[in-house]
Amino acid sequence: MKLSKRITSGHILWLKLALHGIALYLLVTTFYRAFNDLLGVDPVQELLHFTGISAFNLLLLSLCISPFSKFVRQGQFLTLRRPIGIYAFVYALCHFSTYLVFELQLEWSLLFSEILKRPYITVGICALFILTVLTATSTRSIQRRMGKAWQKTHNWVYFASLLIVIHYFWSVKSSLIQPMFYVLAVFVLLLVRRNKFVKPLKSALQKRTKTKQNKKKLA
Amino acid sequence: MLIRVPKSNAIKESQITDENVYQNRRQILKSMGFLGASALLASPTANAIDWFGSTEQKKFTTESLKFSKPQQFRSDDELTPKQKIISHNNFYEFGTGKSDPVAMSQSFKVDPWSLTIDGLVEKPITLGYEDLYKTLDLEERIYRLRCVEAWSMVVPWIGFSLASLLKKARPLSAAKYVIFETLYDPKQMPGQRNRFSGGGINYPYVEGLRLDEAMHPLTLLSVGLYGKTLPPQNGAPIRLVVPWKYGFKSIKSIVRIRLSDKQPKTTWNQLAANEYGFFANVNPGVDHPRWTQASERRITSGGLFARNRIETQMFNGYSEVAPLYAGMDLKKYF
Repeated sequence: MKLSKRITSGHILWLKLALHGIALYLLVTTFYRAFNDLLGVDPVQELLHFTGISAFNLLLLSLCISPFSKFVRQGQFLTLRRPIGIYAFVYALCHFSTYLVFELQLEWSLLFSEILKRPYITVGICALFILTVLTATSTRSIQRRMGKAWQKTHNWVYFASLLIVIHYFWSVKSSLIQPMFYVLAVFVLLLVRRNKFVKPLKSALQKRTKTKQNKKKLA
Repeated sequence: MLIRVPKSNAIKESQITDENVYQNRRQILKSMGFLGASALLASPTANAIDWFGSTEQKKFTTESLKFSKPQQFRSDDELTPKQKIISHNNFYEFGTGKSDPVAMSQSFKVDPWSLTIDGLVEKPITLGYEDLYKTLDLEERIYRLRCVEAWSMVVPWIGFSLASLLKKARPLSAAKYVIFETLYDPKQMPGQRNRFSGGGINYPYVEGLRLDEAMHPLTLLSVGLYGKTLPPQNGAPIRLVVPWKYGFKSIKSIVRIRLSDKQPKTTWNQLAANEYGFFANVNPGVDHPRWTQASERRITSGGLFARNRIETQMFNGYSEVAPLYAGMDLKKYF
């Protein structure tokens, strides 16, 4: 498909402004309401759900950008990936901070034992770690310096989305419709982007078998 | 004869806005605005309801009750505000979200009601709606409520002890268990209509107690809270309250109490036996597989900065029930 109008950098600027506006507005107002006991009966739980689901939505949105821009043949959209991805990280960090500060109320020993004991929290922490690394290496200059390694590193985002969907699925008590919807969404996204990790995996496997064969020849 | 040929740019009859629509134009625009704005809302829906004026829906009316306040059931614990008790509920018959029950249950019909006590009893009893409040003297009891999800509240219930009602039905000596059943009425309870909206639970909701647990003086059948009859989301018109067990044992909107010689298959135990035991006594030493039960967050007033994480006590602090479980391995029978 081709859009009838060329998307200019001016349009992208407006989109970016809207993104910043909405993401910050929702984050600030939700925390404000939680602080003032205006966010439902259990503001901690509401905050955890809000930040968690929003982070996941943003991450999935960021993953949709490049298939979408290919589909409409407008490369300009690609510049939206970075801010959306960073907001996904910011929301995820708020999610974790809410858990630590307001749910566990800074009981550090409990935090560490829960991370080790509860698989869904272990998985969540791993995903947060990946998002942290990706955010830290997201600037242009680092991207240039890392060269080919940058793309390899940033392909870990697909693994992170897999971890997050598991984290979500495991954390739910019953009623699995919404988590199932997210499983489906991640599955479709991974299917669309399969060449990102299928090829590297295959070549890695081939390398291994080759080296094995070489070793055998030598022997 | 005059034949009028309309100009191509003239407004056709069919394009004229209907007067009805014109008169209601503000209303229509308003509702379109609401729709668009609420679709944007990814945040918790509880407050969205307040924002967009759908609070016009009718509210269930509760009535004042007459009751005594026995000294032994007073408490120093700070009460959870009424507004929080009646808007933060797990009652999957009305939806799986915490704010679903209050939103979905306001037109629930409690009168007429029928509660039957039968099974292994000498004298089966059926109570109608009025009987729930007249058969036994009502008293106020302040109990801690500990949810298996690690939050807790302090609630001033109004009701009578289950034992006093069971004694009227005269249990037979063969009776070992008491089985409770919630109303099954998919027309009124949207969660019962299909497996998806009700959290995968096999309705009707069933709970059970050992007879000695049921006869313990702490075990309460509640018909009210904060001085008034129960609202639907809290289990109107009559519910169980077992304060030393996790909240899911305290079954709501009961229509049948049956005495049996066999341990029943209870709802949450059937759904996930490794997470929810039959006994479900509050026990800080036995974690839920997915979270700790050693501490809990007490819901009182105050926002995020309420320092409300407290240690969970064995039997939720009701140590007088400990003799019921003498010699039992509570790690195995959790």
